[in-house]
Amino acid sequence: MKRSLRPLAATAVIFVIAYAVAVLQFPNMLSTRVLGNFLTDNAFLGIAAVGMTFVIISGGIDLSVGAVIGFTGVLIAVLTSWLGFHPLAAFAIALGVAALFGAAMGFTIHYLQVPSFIVTLAGMFLARGGASIITQDSVPIKHEFYATLGDLMIRLPGGGRLSFIGMVMIAVFLGGALLAHRTKFGSYVYALGGNSVSASLMGVPVARTTVQIYMLSSVLAALAGIVFSLYTSAGYPLAAVGVELDAISAVVIGGTLLTGGYGFVLGTFVGVMLLGLVQTYIIFDGTLSSWWTKIVIGVLLFLFIVLQRVIFAASAPAEKSPEKV
Amino acid sequence: MADSQYVLEARGVIKIFGSHMALDAVDFGLRAGEVHALLGENGAGKSTLIKILTGAYQPDGGQVLVDGQAVTLDNPLHAQTHGIGTVYQEVNLLPNRSVAENLYLGHQPTRFGLVDHRRMERDARVLLTRYGLDLDPGSELGTHSVAVQQIVAIARAVQLSGKVLILDEPTASLDRNEVERLFEVIGDLKRAGLAIIFITHFLDQVFAIADRVTVLRNGRLVDTQQLDALNRTDVVRLMLGKDIAFSGATDLEPENPTTEVLLEFTGYGRRRSVHPFNLTIHKGEVIGVAGLLGSGRTEMARIMFGADPADQGTMRVNGKAATLRSTTDAIALGFGFCPEDRKAEGILGDLSVRENIVIALQGKLGWFKALNRDEQLEIAGKFGESMDIRAASLDMPVKLLSGGNQQKVILSRWLATDPAFLILDEPTRGIDVGAHAEIVRTINRLRDDGMAMVVISSELDEVVAYSSRIVVMRDREMVAELRGKNINPGVIVQAIANNPDEATL
Ligand SMILES: Nc1ncnc2c1ncn2[C@@H]1O[C@H](COP(=O)(O)OP(=O)(O)OP(=O)(O)O)[C@@H](O)[C@H]1O
Ligand SMILES: [Mg+2]
Repeated sequence: MKRSLRPLAATAVIFVIAYAVAVLQFPNMLSTRVLGNFLTDNAFLGIAAVGMTFVIISGGIDLSVGAVIGFTGVLIAVLTSWLGFHPLAAFAIALGVAALFGAAMGFTIHYLQVPSFIVTLAGMFLARGGASIITQDSVPIKHEFYATLGDLMIRLPGGGRLSFIGMVMIAVFLGGALLAHRTKFGSYVYALGGNSVSASLMGVPVARTTVQIYMLSSVLAALAGIVFSLYTSAGYPLAAVGVELDAISAVVIGGTLLTGGYGFVLGTFVGVMLLGLVQTYIIFDGTLSSWWTKIVIGVLLFLFIVLQRVIFAASAPAEKSPEKV
Repeated sequence: MADSQYVLEARGVIKIFGSHMALDAVDFGLRAGEVHALLGENGAGKSTLIKILTGAYQPDGGQVLVDGQAVTLDNPLHAQTHGIGTVYQEVNLLPNRSVAENLYLGHQPTRFGLVDHRRMERDARVLLTRYGLDLDPGSELGTHSVAVQQIVAIARAVQLSGKVLILDEPTASLDRNEVERLFEVIGDLKRAGLAIIFITHFLDQVFAIADRVTVLRNGRLVDTQQLDALNRTDVVRLMLGKDIAFSGATDLEPENPTTEVLLEFTGYGRRRSVHPFNLTIHKGEVIGVAGLLGSGRTEMARIMFGADPADQGTMRVNGKAATLRSTTDAIALGFGFCPEDRKAEGILGDLSVRENIVIALQGKLGWFKALNRDEQLEIAGKFGESMDIRAASLDMPVKLLSGGNQQKVILSRWLATDPAFLILDEPTRGIDVGAHAEIVRTINRLRDDGMAMVVISSELDEVVAYSSRIVVMRDREMVAELRGKNINPGVIVQAIANNPDEATL
């Protein structure tokens, strides 16, 4: 097996085992209802995590994701509830704003050679601050279009439901996987994460790709914000605080190397599901404090980072046999 | 003013880095169907000129012309669209991606707008057989040897070069067979009318394939000439502006048996790496190591330095038993190791020249006895001068130095620790003739100062010039130890080749 696949395989195995253990304890967890809720509850996280996967594979990081989700929610709520826009128009505006926002971050990162960590941290404060200036309170969204979308769903055998936002997430994952593994843009993203100097000498359009990566991340964050507003039917400036960190965790647990160059979009899906499983388990248990979620995620993350180190160090090229002398 | 004599031309090109003039009004013209060698000392500006011709750097003055038309090449991709394919000196490609993707990145075959991996890998396999490589194109590039990666880089450039192929020191990490195969490919391309720029420090190779030469010195054009009219001495004179005597062979003294033994390896080896070997090294002795690709020379060096600890045999230092569990142990014993692959193992690109030179010394002193800046500058300055390191300033990041000068920095790093025993793996690779002679001189001087050394080199003339004894490696085994009269290239070649089915790749 390719070494880059190993962390992903490990995640998948851990997920299956964890799920089996959970089902043994709470047989109810093996139902399409729980599965459907899994997808619905984690839809916004999953969508944001797809964008994060691209950013991390390219060797960067995007800390503005949670703030963009919050900002988008507020923007949509204000546009529809206060200014009377149709939600679809509000969605389009939000996605456009996010695209510009991401492009600006990508520009700064590439042309000013500022680390993505710093630029997106600034972006996070900007988006969060911007949302709070628009309103300090939660703005409810009441529009029949929201109700229509809420009713859209596929009934699964066994009483479960695949909601509209769950479907959106799945579509985003499939689209993301295609983009990462089957397009030139995707190969450029991996190239940047592998070695950006080599990439540029090989003719990869580094500037354009960098800008596109952060645009993609911000647009997907905005899409996550839309999904989140469908999920909560409100916009709140402090919504989704820290979601960027959950997204990063999901990406890393899903087998993407934090230093860039290796990773899979579908791995992130498994990562998100594993995080969702932990949460669901703790809810089912009922006696555990929800902080246990954080502890378990922390342990998992640590485990995976160590695992990746071991895998990549063990098969580093230095060990290859007859070397040129 | 279309001047179709040249497919690619530089007119009065100027490049300035900070206050350093890397190229000073250089003219260069490349004709279709010729192999044009670009020569010059380390830091002469060869790579810089290439980068300007391919859009990786923008000139600060002058023009680049393609087919007689002035063009502005914004980036390497743009140059590719003009049919210019390049292997840069420092190109590592993308170790994290598959061989096939490295070959076709940016030009992948698509179907319905999506990359067609299957076709790409099929094409890659066909392409690579032309270079004698039979490997899985889907495998990660980083898992292959430096030589294979170099060939992939060349294959990629050839693939992209509709018109011009530029190779910046492509042969530095290739063995003889691979070089020959590369030359065959170059010959074919030349006959097909491609224009080829070839940079190397191996004059033999220049004479083997080049039609014309252009020589740069300190950023200035010295001359462009037809090669038939020149001999080696002429070329060296053009490069250095003076004659050099390749000294060394003359002051070869017979092995001095009176000095004390420094190191004794008995049955020393590592499973699946190098067969156990016996070797005694005296103070003031240079052991040359010769052997083919994959014969275990580098592995032997790594074992001696504890980089891959031995798992059998014993080692005695000054008569006392010692074990090497890691390189730290080796450094504590006064060992130094200058590795072959300076990019991966030696150079800390973002640190300054000064820091790169003092880092091993600092490691030896321990972090509690930090060298202050002045001390560091003094040490770095001393080596900068004695090794003739061409850098605008000692505080400049090492990655901005020319390839050969980086090699000198690594050598200085180990010399600064004043080691009792120094292992050099291909110390002259990528180094120009002048510095080459300087390094050979340095090795001789260190030997006379009583340092024990093991020097691995593919250049037989060079090994002969400084070795007091030569060990020959074949199939990961030490097969011969030559001394006295037997130290000559003929005997070495025989010892290496003694096996009919010798390793090739
Ligand atoms: N990006 C850079 N910034 C500053 N100085 C540079 C940069 N690139 C090259 N130089 C300097 O320009 C000079 C020419 O370097 P170049 O790499 O062209 O030499 P070269 O002829 O290719 O040498 P070598 O044979 O060692 O590869 C050197 O003094 C080098 O330090
Ligand atoms: Mg060079």
